[in-house]
Order: sequence, then C-alpha cells, then structure tokens
Amino acid sequence: MSARATAATAGRVVRQLRHDHRTLALLLVVPCVLLTLIRFVFEDGSTFDRIGGPLLGIFPLLSMFLVTSIAMLRERTTGTLERLLTMPVGRLDILLGYAAAFAAFAVVQVALVGGLSFGLLGLDVEGPRWAMLLLAVANAVLGMALGLFVSAFARTEFQAVQFLPAFLLPQFLLCGLLTARDAMAPVLEAVSWALPMTWAYDALDRVSRGADGVAGPALVVVGGTVLALGAGAATLRRTTA
Amino acid sequence: MSHLHALPGYLTFGGLRPAPSADGTVVSGTAATATPRASSGPEPGHAVEVTRLYVRRGGQTVLREVSLQIPRGSVTGLLGPSGCGKSTLIRSIMGVQRISGGSVTVLGRPAGSPDLRPRVGYVTQAPALYDDLTVDENLGYFARLLGTPADRVDEVLETVDLDHARWRLARNLSGGQRARVSLATALLGEPELLVLDEPTVGLDPVLRRRLWGTFEELAARGTTLLVSSHVMDEAARCDELLLMREGTLLATETPQRLRARTGEQDLEEAFLRLALHAERPARTATGVAS
Repeated sequence: MSARATAATAGRVVRQLRHDHRTLALLLVVPCVLLTLIRFVFEDGSTFDRIGGPLLGIFPLLSMFLVTSIAMLRERTTGTLERLLTMPVGRLDILLGYAAAFAAFAVVQVALVGGLSFGLLGLDVEGPRWAMLLLAVANAVLGMALGLFVSAFARTEFQAVQFLPAFLLPQFLLCGLLTARDAMAPVLEAVSWALPMTWAYDALDRVSRGADGVAGPALVVVGGTVLALGAGAATLRRTTA
Repeated sequence: MSHLHALPGYLTFGGLRPAPSADGTVVSGTAATATPRASSGPEPGHAVEVTRLYVRRGGQTVLREVSLQIPRGSVTGLLGPSGCGKSTLIRSIMGVQRISGGSVTVLGRPAGSPDLRPRVGYVTQAPALYDDLTVDENLGYFARLLGTPADRVDEVLETVDLDHARWRLARNLSGGQRARVSLATALLGEPELLVLDEPTVGLDPVLRRRLWGTFEELAARGTTLLVSSHVMDEAARCDELLLMREGTLLATETPQRLRARTGEQDLEEAFLRLALHAERPARTATGVAS
C-alpha cells in the first residue's frame, strides 16, 4: 500500500467528476430534491420528523452506490484497470483512492442535504444533529463500498444500473423504514439482520428518536464498509481469462 | 551505434534461431540487423523467454505451444492477422493472462511478478485512458503513480507530438491521438521493456514513421521493445520478427532471413509463403524455401 498512489487515485477521481458537471450536479442535488418531496408528500410534518432523519442517510447511500458502481465498471471495461494492475499500484490503493474521493463528495452532499433538511425543511430530530450528519456520511461511504464491490458482477452499464433495484431496493423494503421489522414475516425479519441497510437505518432511526445504542449499529455500518472494500479488492484480479 | 562494438552482444543473443545451413550468403546482413542496438552493456540473457506456452479460453486453445526469446535492446515485431493470438501472447508476457501451461519469464522474473511492474511498460490495444480527464491530467495521474518527475510529462508529450492537445479532454481526441496518449503513458516510467499492442493503428504514415524512429532510438538506448502489428510494412523496421498464425508461432526470423528463407523480397509475400507451408499436412521440411 502506498499513500502516494492512494492520494493520486483520489485526486484523479475528483478531477474526473469535476469535468462531468451534470453527474456532479445530480449527485448533489438529487438527495435534496427527494427530501424536499418527502417533506411535502407528508403535509403534517410529524411523519417527516420520523422518516426524514433516516432518509437523510439513505439517499446518499443510494446515489453513491449507483455512481461508484458505474465508475468502477468503466474502469474495468475501458482497460484502465488492466493498465493500473500492470503498474506498481496496490489494489487497495485504487479502492482507497476511490473511497477517499467519494467520501469527500459525500461530505459535500450531506452538508447540502443536511443544511436543507434542518434549515428550510424544519426537520426536527431528538438526537444530536452532528451524529445524524456523521452517520449520513458513513452511509454514503458504505454505499460507495458496496457499489465498488458489485461492479465486479456487471459486464455492462445496463446490468450495473439494475443492481440498484436488485440489490438495494430489497434492503430498503426490509430495513424497517416502511414497516417495523418485528411486524414482518419472520423469515424476512431474519433476513433483514444480514442486510447492511438495516443497520444503517437502525443507527439513523435511533439518533432521530434520541434513543440509546447508536454505537452498535454504527459500528456494523463501518465494519460492512471495510468488508465490502476488502471484497472489492479481491475482485480486482490481476490475471483474467 | 557500432556494429563492431556490439558484435559480441550478437553472439550472446545469437542462439535465438537455429543456425541455417543453406543461406550462408545472408548471414552477415542478418548479424548486422539482429545486433542488439544497445552498445553499452545490456544485462545478459533475454528480456523475454516464453517456453511451451498454452492458453485455453472457453474450451478453445488460443495459444498452442508457443516458445520464443526476445533479446534485450532490440525491436521485435509480433506480426500476424487479426485474431491469431497476438494480444493473448502480449497479455501473457504482461502477466495479466491466465495461462494453461508453459512458462513466461520477463527480465529474469516470472511474468506478472510485482517487482516487474515498475520495469515494464504496456500499451493495450484499445487506448486505456480516462475520457473525462484532459491529456495532461491523464499523464499526470500515471506519472504520480510511477513517481516520475513532472517534466517527464513534457518529454513524452513531445515524443508523441501531442503538445498542442495537452489541455483537451481525452474524449474529444481522434482515435490516433488517443493511441498516442496511451503510448505516452507507457513511456513515462522509462521502462526496460516496452510492450505495445498495435500502437500505430489508425495513425497517419508520417507519424507512424516517426514513432518507429522513436522505437529505434529507445532500443539504441537499451530498451527492449515488443511491438505487435498486422501491417507488414512495419515488419521491415524490426530487428526480429515473430510471425503468428492461428495461435502458433510460424517463425522467428530477422526480416533479412525471412526474405532469404522464403525467396520473397516482399515481407507480406514471405509471410504468406510461410503460412501456406504451415498448412501443408506433412511438416517434414525444416526450411521453407524450395
């Protein structure tokens, strides 16, 4: 592992996005638009206070997942990954570079969507706002790590975009946001324990309600991120058929 | 470059080909061309040694018992029609191809060894660039990865004649310009071995000639180059030719000896003759020329 290669890769990913204004705008604006929609879909405001907090963290997860899975897929299909792997660069350097770059974007994204939610939209959470924002960034990084990992299983961008409904939508349904998990069919509840978004939601929800026990699920989110990055590194094979 | 000076070098590398018996008249010419261009002592041994290499992919044999040696400080052309296995052989030498049998040794180490990575430059067939970065940003990134000083970017851009396109996005370049950026990337680290998979496809003849001049200069300074091409007129500029067809190596020759062996002046004709000969069921004759 080399800090130089990691920093160079992070800088390169940031430069790539900087040239792509539309993607950058979508990345930053879409979660804001969605949260605004949620606010006014539920006119009363109390529902927004219940689900707005958790969604503050889940929307960045979704958008980061999508962007990084495509970015990594491109790296694989355009031959740049093959070139990188013949150079003195560690596989983890590449992934950590990606992670650092997208984490930086996540901070901007969460600052925007958090500022909007707590400011204009009047989101009210019981726990500390900084914990909410920190968890939102952690979730965005989790989304990124999952996106890097699943990109290995797509050959085309058509396939990669469908990993969002295939891989994340079920997690969204089961995470406890729509229905409390203990009200689900027992099998689904059992399955939900194994899904990263369940833990992400749990941590966000606890801060939102001002409940205790945030550290546990938050650690699972961080652990899941590390695991996904490691699995992602394993999919960057130097030799292929 | 002095032939006299480098002649002992040729003797070292000369074991490359089976000594001919019939065409003694061309031996001196052969020696002159096959002489590695580096006059100041390249390390002994071959830059690349491939022994009985097999690659199977999806139930098909893509490379069949390929054995070859590439002398240091030479330009070796890998020639053959599209789909004959050139890229697979190149990928095997770069250590990114899963092989089914045989061995590939590069600069004295097994292909793909981590310590080879700073010593070998690779240009893939499709230009491997970041479309959403400028030429300067592309080269800057690879230069930082390699730890080369920033002014190397100026030098390689000059070599491939792309100074004027430096601030343009790679996406907006023509195919030939993209190929040159890709080549420039491989030149950054001043590798000992440069492996170029069809680097001159889509380039205009003037630029092609210039790049071949660059290859020869690099070889004269001790770099070993392996350049694949399906354009036969590039073959004449190589020290060594590897002729491939349908996953096998037809011949390893210098251009002169290939002409002598086949009795054809035109290298394309010479290649055809070899290919036809290889198709004959009884492969009894060792020479090709009748």
